[in-house]
Amino acid sequence: MTTLSPPGTSRPADAKGPAGDGPERPRRRRILPDRLRRAGLPYLLLLPALILEVLIHLAPMAVGVVMSFKELTQQYIRNWDQAPWIGAGNFRIAVDVNAPVGEALLHSFLITCAFTVLAVSLAWLLGVTAAILMQESFRGRGLLRALFLTPYALPVYTAVITWSFLLQRDGGMVNHVIHDQLGLTDSEPFWLIGDNSFIALVVVSVWRTWPFAFLILMAALQNIPRELYEAAQVDGAGIRQQIRRITLPSLRPVNQVLVLVLFLWTFNDFNVPYILFGKSAPEAADLISIHIYQSSFVTWDFGSGSAMSVLLLVFLLVVTCGYLLATGRGRKSR
Amino acid sequence: MRRSPARTAVTVTLAAALTAVTAACGGGSSTDGEGSNDKPKELTYWASNQGTSIADDKQKLTPELKRFEKKTGIKVKLEVIPWDSLLDRILAATSSGQGPDVLNIGNTWSSSLQATGALLPWDDEHMAKIGGAKRFTPSALAATGARDKDPAAVPIYSLAYGLYYNKKMFKDAGIDEPPATWDELVKDGKKLTGGGKYGIAVEGGDPVENSHHAFILGKQHGADFFDASGKPDFDSPGAVKAVKQYVDLLAGNKIAAPGNAEYAKRETIRDFATGKAAMLLWQAAATSIKSNGMKQSEYGVAPLPVQAPGSGEKGTRSMVAGINMAVFKNTDNIDGAMEFVKFMTSDEEQRTLNAAYGSIPPVKAAQNDEAFDTADLKVLREVLTTSSAPLPQVPDESKFETLVGTATKELFADAAAGRKVTTDSVQKELSAAQQQMRK
Amino acid sequence: MTASAKAAAASPAVSPTAPPRSFIWTRRIVLTLLALFAATPLLVMLSSSLKPLQDVSDRFRWIPTQVTISPYLDIWSTVPLADYFLNSLIVAGAATGCSVVIATFAAYAVSRYRFRGKRLFTVTILSTQMFPGILFLLPLFLIFVNLGNATGIAIYGSRGALIVTYLTFTLPFSVWMLIGYFDSIPRDLDEAALTDGCGPLGALFRVVVPAAVPGIVAVAVYSFMTAWGEVLFASVMTNEATRTLAIGLQGYANQSQVYWNQVMAASLVASVPVVAGFLLLQRYLVTGLTAGAVK
Repeated sequence: MTTLSPPGTSRPADAKGPAGDGPERPRRRRILPDRLRRAGLPYLLLLPALILEVLIHLAPMAVGVVMSFKELTQQYIRNWDQAPWIGAGNFRIAVDVNAPVGEALLHSFLITCAFTVLAVSLAWLLGVTAAILMQESFRGRGLLRALFLTPYALPVYTAVITWSFLLQRDGGMVNHVIHDQLGLTDSEPFWLIGDNSFIALVVVSVWRTWPFAFLILMAALQNIPRELYEAAQVDGAGIRQQIRRITLPSLRPVNQVLVLVLFLWTFNDFNVPYILFGKSAPEAADLISIHIYQSSFVTWDFGSGSAMSVLLLVFLLVVTCGYLLATGRGRKSR
Repeated sequence: MRRSPARTAVTVTLAAALTAVTAACGGGSSTDGEGSNDKPKELTYWASNQGTSIADDKQKLTPELKRFEKKTGIKVKLEVIPWDSLLDRILAATSSGQGPDVLNIGNTWSSSLQATGALLPWDDEHMAKIGGAKRFTPSALAATGARDKDPAAVPIYSLAYGLYYNKKMFKDAGIDEPPATWDELVKDGKKLTGGGKYGIAVEGGDPVENSHHAFILGKQHGADFFDASGKPDFDSPGAVKAVKQYVDLLAGNKIAAPGNAEYAKRETIRDFATGKAAMLLWQAAATSIKSNGMKQSEYGVAPLPVQAPGSGEKGTRSMVAGINMAVFKNTDNIDGAMEFVKFMTSDEEQRTLNAAYGSIPPVKAAQNDEAFDTADLKVLREVLTTSSAPLPQVPDESKFETLVGTATKELFADAAAGRKVTTDSVQKELSAAQQQMRK
Repeated sequence: MTASAKAAAASPAVSPTAPPRSFIWTRRIVLTLLALFAATPLLVMLSSSLKPLQDVSDRFRWIPTQVTISPYLDIWSTVPLADYFLNSLIVAGAATGCSVVIATFAAYAVSRYRFRGKRLFTVTILSTQMFPGILFLLPLFLIFVNLGNATGIAIYGSRGALIVTYLTFTLPFSVWMLIGYFDSIPRDLDEAALTDGCGPLGALFRVVVPAAVPGIVAVAVYSFMTAWGEVLFASVMTNEATRTLAIGLQGYANQSQVYWNQVMAASLVASVPVVAGFLLLQRYLVTGLTAGAVK
C-alpha cells in the first residue's frame, strides 16, 4: 500500500542512526526542503509509543524471561538477582509430561485450546448470524443492537460477578429456571465446580465476546455493495446462497483478523476464570492463565511460573506466525 | 521483509539496557540489617480485614491509632486490605523493598514470609522491647515461624475452631449434648438430616478451609502433612483417612448438603444461621453468625470432636488460627514500628481489639476480661490452650494449603456429582497433590 | 427463488430485495433467542439490585418480596465507592487521552512514512498482544519501584503508574486500528495540506485527524473500556488511596457473607459510564472499525 512515495520522506542515508543499508529509493517527489527534519519526524512520532512499549511491555517481558531461568522461590524474591541459575531446569519440569507438573500443564493447555476454539467459534457464529440478520433495517433494530452490545461494554468484573451469581447451584437463576421452573434435570447441577464448569466458562466467555464479533462484522457488512445482492437476487439466488457466495467471501479479510484477535484475547484471558472461580479453578476449567497464576503467585514459585509463561508466549507466537503465513494476510505486505 | 539489522540492534540494546538496569537494582533495596530511622514521625500500617467490612475495620482501628499518636506523636497511616489482595500486595512489597512498616499477616503465612527474609526477626532483644515472649500463649507463639528460628512476627489476634450447634434443632432431634467424638457427630448428623435440613454445613469449595480441616483431622489420625525434615507427606495413611473422613460428611454419610461442595463465600455460616444446617465447624464465628441474623442464645459452642477420647497430639481439636503482626525489615522507622507493636500487644489494646473482633487475645494477661468469657470464647480459649497445634511451619506451607485444599475440593465435587469417594480415590488425589510439591 | 419473485410480482410495493417471509421468521426467532441470552443476566443484575438482602441470600426469586432502593444507598458506605469511582475515572480517562494521542502519532508515522524499522515496529506491536499478563506483572512492578527509587518520585502505588500501564496495554490495538483507518484516508488530502504550506504535523492535525474522527473515537472507547475493566494489575499496583472500582467491588464480600444485592447495585453503578459511553458512541465505533478492520 505504500508504493506511493509518502510526502517528504528523505533518503534513509540522511536519517538518524547508522547509515547505508539497503538500496536507496529514488524519490518521485520532493516537496519541501529541510530533509533532515523530515527524516527524523517519523521516528519522533513513534518515540513515545516506542518508549512506552519498551518500558512497560518489552523490558518486563525480558525480565520475566530471565526469571524463568532462575530458581525464584520465596527465599529469593527479595533479591532475585541472587537467585540461582538453573538454566533450562524450570522448562524441563514444565514439559516433562510424565511428571505431575508437566502433566498438569499439558492438561491445562489442552483445556485452554478446547475452550478457545469453542468459545471463539461460537462467538463468531453468533456474531455473524446476528450481523447478517440485522443488516436490513427493521423496527427496534437500534434498540436491539444496543442490547446486544451491552454485555461487551460492561466491565469484565461486573459481567462475570453477575454470572457467578447466576450460576450458583443453590441460589442461582440458571438452576432455578432449568430445575425448578422447567424441570429439565432431576437434581440441581453444579456449574462452578466439577465438569460443568467448562460449559459455564464457555458460556460466560461467549456472552462477553460475541458482541465484539457482531460489531466488527456488522461494520464490515456495511461495506459490501448492495448491487451484488440485488444482482444475485435478480439471478434467482436465495438468501442462503447469497450468504454463502457473497457475504462470507467478502468478509474473509475481516474474519481473518477478527478470528486471530479473538483467539489471542480468549487464550490469554485471565479475568473471566479468575473472577468466576477464584484462585483455584476446577480441573475441568483449569485455563492456562489461572494455572500459571497458581504456579507463581499462589505457590510462590516464580521461576516455574515464568517458564510456563514463556512457553505460552512461544506457542502463541508460533500459532500467530503460522496463521498469518497461512492466510497470507498482512500489514506486513504494506 | 527488509529488516534493518541496525534498527534491530538498537531496539535490542535498549531493551537489554533496561533489563540490565532493573537487574542491577535487583529486587529493590536489600537491607539485611535492621531498618532505619529516617522517618521517625510516621508509620504505614497494613491491616487485614478482620471485621465485617473494610469500613468496619477502619472504624475499630482508628481510635486506637489516634491513641497511639497521642501517646507517642507518631502518625500512623492505616490501610485496610481485603484478603483477596493482601498476599499479593505483601509479595509485591517484599520483592520491591517498598512496603509498609508494620503489617498484619495470616499466621499461617509466617513461615513462607519468614523464608523471604523480608520480616524482622523477633529475637530476644526485640522481644524484650514488647515485654518478652513469655507474655504470649505458647500455642500462638508456635505459629510465628519455623521452630528453630526466631519468630517472624508476634501474635495479636488468636482464633480457634469450634463446633457450633443449633440448640433447638438438637433438642428437637432428641440430642442432649454436642458430640464429643466423630462417630457421635456422624450419628447426630444423621438424626438431624432430613426434610430439607442437614446435620452439618461445610465450606467445601474453599481450599483454605479444607486444608485446615484436613490438618486437624490429620493430627487426630497421627499424621502430619510434612515429615520431620520438612518434606511433604500428603498421602500417608493417616492423611488419607483424615481427608476421607472430612469429605465423607458429604459423600458417605450424607449429613452435609451436596451444594456444600461449591460453598466458598461463607454460605455455610448463612446455612447455619438460617437453620438449614444444625452444626458448623468454624473459627470464632460469633460476629458472623450474628450478622446473619441468629441470636447468641440460639446456638452453643463445643470443641471439635476427636476420634476417640484421647489426649496428646491425637486430641488436637483445632489448628492455631490467628493474625500476627510483623515488621518489615526495610522499614524507615524501626523505633516507631517497635513502639507500635508494643502498643498493639499491650494488655489494654489487646483487650479492646480482641473484644471488638470477637477473637481471643494471645497475650495471657489480657485474657481475663469478661469480654472473653462468653460461651463460645470460653470454649475456644480452652481449645487454644490445651488442644491446638500450629499448621506446619515450613516455607511451603502455602503450597500445602493450595494443593491439599484443592484436592479436597475436587473430592467434594466428585462426591456432589454422585461419584464414589473411596480410600483409593482420596489417596490418588493426595498423591497427585504431593507430587506437585516437587519443584 | 420463485416465492420472492411471486411476492415481488404480487405486491409491487415490496422491493425486490425485501427478505422472504421465512427469513423474517428465522430472524425473529433467532434474534429473540439472542436477546434473551444477552438480556437475562442484565435483568437479573437490575432486579437483584433492588431486592432486600434475604431475597438474594437464599433460593433465587424472580420477583422481589419488596422493591427497595436501599442497596443503592448502602453501597456508598459499605465500601468507599465514590473514591474508587473517582480513581477509575481519573486513571481510565488519563490513560485514554494519552493513548489516543500517542497512538495517533505512531499510526500517522507508520501510515504515511516509510522508514527503517517500520516493519519491526508493527510486528512488535502485534506481538505484544500475545503476552500473558502474568509474565510481566512482577517485573513491571519492579521497574516502577526502581524508577521511583532512582528518580525520587513515588511512582509505585500512584495513579500515574497505573495510567502508564493501561495506556501501554491499549496502545498496540489502538495503533493497529488507526493505521488501518489512516490508510483509508487518501494521501491527496495530506498533500493538499502540505502544498498549502503546513508541515506534516499540521497536515496531521488539520486534515488527517478530522477525517479520522470515527477511528479515533473507536480507539478512545476501546482504551477507556480496557482501562476501566482491568483487574490483575490494579490489584497489585494500587493502594487504598488509588484503588479502582475493579478491586473495590471485592469489598462487598467479607468474612461473614456476600451482600449480593449491593454487589449488583455497585456493579450497575460501575458499569454506567462505560456502557453509556459505548452506546452513545457506537456508531463511531462501527465506522472506525470498518476501515480499521477491513484493511
